[in-house]
Amino acid sequence: MTSRTRKFGGLTPQLVLLPTIVAALVYVVVFSIWTLWVSVSKSTMLPDMSFSGFGEYAALWKSHRWIVAYQNLFVFGTLYVGGSILLGTLLAILIDQRVKYEAVWRTIFLYPLAISFIVTGTVWRWIFHPQTGLGRALSDFGWIADKVDWITDRDLALYVVVFTGVWHASGFAMALILAGLRSVDADLIKAAQIDGASVPRTYRKVVLPTIWPIFVAVAVVLLQFAIKTFDLVVALTQGGPGVATTVPAIVVFDLMFQRGQIAQGAAAAVMILLALMIVLVPYALLNARRNRKDKRHG
Amino acid sequence: MADALHQAFDPLATGSRRRQLGARTIVYAILVVFSLVYLSPILIILMNTFRPLDEIVRDGFISFPKSVSLEYWIEAWGSFCIGGTCEGVSRYFTNTILMTVPATVLSTAFGLVNGYILSKWRFRGDGWIFGLITLGVFLPAQMTLLPWAFVLGKLGLSNTIAGLVLVHTVQGISFTTLFCRNYFVSVPDDLIKAARIDGAGFWRIFRRIMLPLSPPILIVCVIWQFTGIWNEFLFGTVFTSGGNQPITAAIVAFSGSGTGERHYNVEAASVIFAALPPLFIYLIGGKYFVRGLTSGAVK
Amino acid sequence: MSSLEISNLRKSYGSVEVLKDINLSAESGEFVALVGPSGCGKSTLLSIIAGLESITSGEVRIEDKLVNDEAPKDRDIAMVFQSYALYPTMTVRENMTFGMECRNVPKTEQAEAIDRVAELLQIGHLLDRKPGQLSGGQRQRVAMGRALVRDPKLFLFDEPLSNLDAKLRIEMRTEIKKLHKNVGKTMVYVTHDQIEAMTLATRIAVMHKGVLQQYDTPNAIYETPANLFVAGFMGSPNMNFLSGRVVSTGGKASVRLDGTGITLPLDGVRCGAPADGQEVILGVRPEHFSPAHEQRAERKGKVSVKVPVAIDMEEPTGAETILMTRIGGHEAIIVCEPDEAPRPGETMEFAIDMAKVSLFDPKSEARL
Repeated sequence: MTSRTRKFGGLTPQLVLLPTIVAALVYVVVFSIWTLWVSVSKSTMLPDMSFSGFGEYAALWKSHRWIVAYQNLFVFGTLYVGGSILLGTLLAILIDQRVKYEAVWRTIFLYPLAISFIVTGTVWRWIFHPQTGLGRALSDFGWIADKVDWITDRDLALYVVVFTGVWHASGFAMALILAGLRSVDADLIKAAQIDGASVPRTYRKVVLPTIWPIFVAVAVVLLQFAIKTFDLVVALTQGGPGVATTVPAIVVFDLMFQRGQIAQGAAAAVMILLALMIVLVPYALLNARRNRKDKRHG
Repeated sequence: MADALHQAFDPLATGSRRRQLGARTIVYAILVVFSLVYLSPILIILMNTFRPLDEIVRDGFISFPKSVSLEYWIEAWGSFCIGGTCEGVSRYFTNTILMTVPATVLSTAFGLVNGYILSKWRFRGDGWIFGLITLGVFLPAQMTLLPWAFVLGKLGLSNTIAGLVLVHTVQGISFTTLFCRNYFVSVPDDLIKAARIDGAGFWRIFRRIMLPLSPPILIVCVIWQFTGIWNEFLFGTVFTSGGNQPITAAIVAFSGSGTGERHYNVEAASVIFAALPPLFIYLIGGKYFVRGLTSGAVK
Repeated sequence: MSSLEISNLRKSYGSVEVLKDINLSAESGEFVALVGPSGCGKSTLLSIIAGLESITSGEVRIEDKLVNDEAPKDRDIAMVFQSYALYPTMTVRENMTFGMECRNVPKTEQAEAIDRVAELLQIGHLLDRKPGQLSGGQRQRVAMGRALVRDPKLFLFDEPLSNLDAKLRIEMRTEIKKLHKNVGKTMVYVTHDQIEAMTLATRIAVMHKGVLQQYDTPNAIYETPANLFVAGFMGSPNMNFLSGRVVSTGGKASVRLDGTGITLPLDGVRCGAPADGQEVILGVRPEHFSPAHEQRAERKGKVSVKVPVAIDMEEPTGAETILMTRIGGHEAIIVCEPDEAPRPGETMEFAIDMAKVSLFDPKSEARL
């Protein structure tokens, strides 16, 4: 037996993994550094790799479009995450009441996740269409006299996007929270019953606090979705009216592929990455610390 | 405490019968109302695929069809004009299949092997490598658009389906490796040790031990990847154009073009075509869908 | 007035009957243990008493009040769970006051109750900690504290010691017994460990497959088990069952062990009058054998019968030696003192204390 076969498996694992390692290195590291470099280069329509400084970042933060986009992201992100978790919790609690046909309810609330953001946005855009959509139907039924043109209203359009996003993602929140509800020790609930807690009080003070890690996890994942939101806005409002529903991802696309300002576009992309890191890094650290604490307590 | 027939706890179980009935009615009522809200978009779009255009314009989107016809479906598939070509969505549908299936198969295959390696084989730096691959899951696509455009151009794959397959495969490997590795970690190490004592090598262990255990995670990967790649828009619209686009991009194209009359019914049918495959997979494999959510997202 | 009265209780899940016609009553201050193997229905019975499960038919009365339809919080009971079920995000103090908060008890009363119970259980220094920071024994005490703070009519325990290691279990067992003495309330205690039941209870209810097998004092259950199941379940090592046939000669009945010539006269055995030729099962506990030459039973004025015993294996435990033996081909376990124990392979005569023997009918499994 040669010494190579004696060291079992030899280098096979590493060799097999190699293509993936290379791909990941290129995809994650090289591409990111490249984009980073472009953001500080003199590129406009085509890449020009000479250093230019952080001027594009400054220009970005001075542009009205970007600032509004960032503000929109804040509003959208908060409402989207908050709304999805609230709605998801409500639905999960309802289903947790040992209702019949549970699989049916779950299927209904989760199917939006199987549908692309594009289809979601397109469909809801029709429903919110000023002349022929929801407003028309409601007034046909004799319910409201006013027109429903929220989607073309500068102040309200963003909330239409929020609504659509929550419709899409609340099923996801519901699925995870329901799993969490089910994981609570049944004895805890029995003890609360014997203690005399009503059903709402039991959920409020006993069940939900016990599964707080799940809420954090859901919030983190949804925040990620929010930061990367692009498809939904494109299909729903194209970023309009004006810049009322523009989000950073749209600005990136616009700068890179429609205005020929790839340096500034790259800068915007880096800003998106930073925003993501601000959300993910603390979460990862929190998790790592909890895992270490769990191991110590055994 | 292991009584044989221990039923799961029912919060509404004790207390007066009448109060229970009242509470349960409220629960079901709320669920039904929400279900209608959730289902309405699809139902509305579906209804509109059967109605003639003048009826839609006259009565608005949200009303019952007064007449039903299947011709708009046929038109949507084969003769609808999108962005210059009048071939309906069939071409884009085919594009998407040609993109999604290979990318799903490749990324899942790589994911299985990578997951096997990273969960069962120790070598220097394996933690770092796993971290690197996992980062690929979180990296925003915007950071990779410019470099990919450059690379695809250099490889001669600009504006081709093959280019999209490459992009999706590379990105997909991060996901599938993460899922598979976390799944394989739960396979007892002792199985591998016993196999090694029996003389099995790297590939034999994979074929005879890991692969037979993999169907649950395999299905999750396939469902997750297929749905994700089929529904993806950004890469599709950036790296391809015109007749080579996947169906999600095509839908945006015809929604945007304001020239001429909007054939809402045909567009509705096209939208349903775009949504159908992932929806179909979801309805069949829903259980695995959820499993993918809970295992992948909460890591 | 009895503290707890269960009459003709039946419980079914769908078509499966889990509790069959249970009749049980406990006087004030009693400690009732519900014992039985997994699946016998003891936990279900406890849940029904607590009001956590509904009744199919029958009645449950707590201090003469019918509580069939009452919610748990209206039954004035307290429960200690196997997993303790302490609310993980609340401090010990909050855990104990939660029930009082739900019932809108004034804060001063709450504080008094906490002080009283903390003093009794010695958990005053733990009040501001969270359950995750406590040891198993401390959690056990907090769980009991939560129950005590309610000052209920009935205490229910659902296998509270099963999660503890052997040594801690014995310590906590003593604490529970002390608690019962101090507090003096009626307690219903579910366990699968018959030693816990024997040491703690004033009366034991042995259950098997949803049927109450016997409800009596620990002594009575141990000495005069009502059927084969109770005889075999209670006591460790298990009671020996020797099959035989009754032989009546001249008005005196004896049992001849099947397949042997060994005959055991039934003088001094507590049983009815068996018929000649009747098949019976003779039940003898391992500790009721003694070396024949010692004549232990005779010295106490009782009767004993000698049998030849062939030793197959021995298991010395230090305090005693357990012998695997054969009596004329029937396998039997005998317990004796280490220095009297014969070696494996030897044969020795042992005497059976006939006053301690039980006779059972093989078909009905009931005591004769």
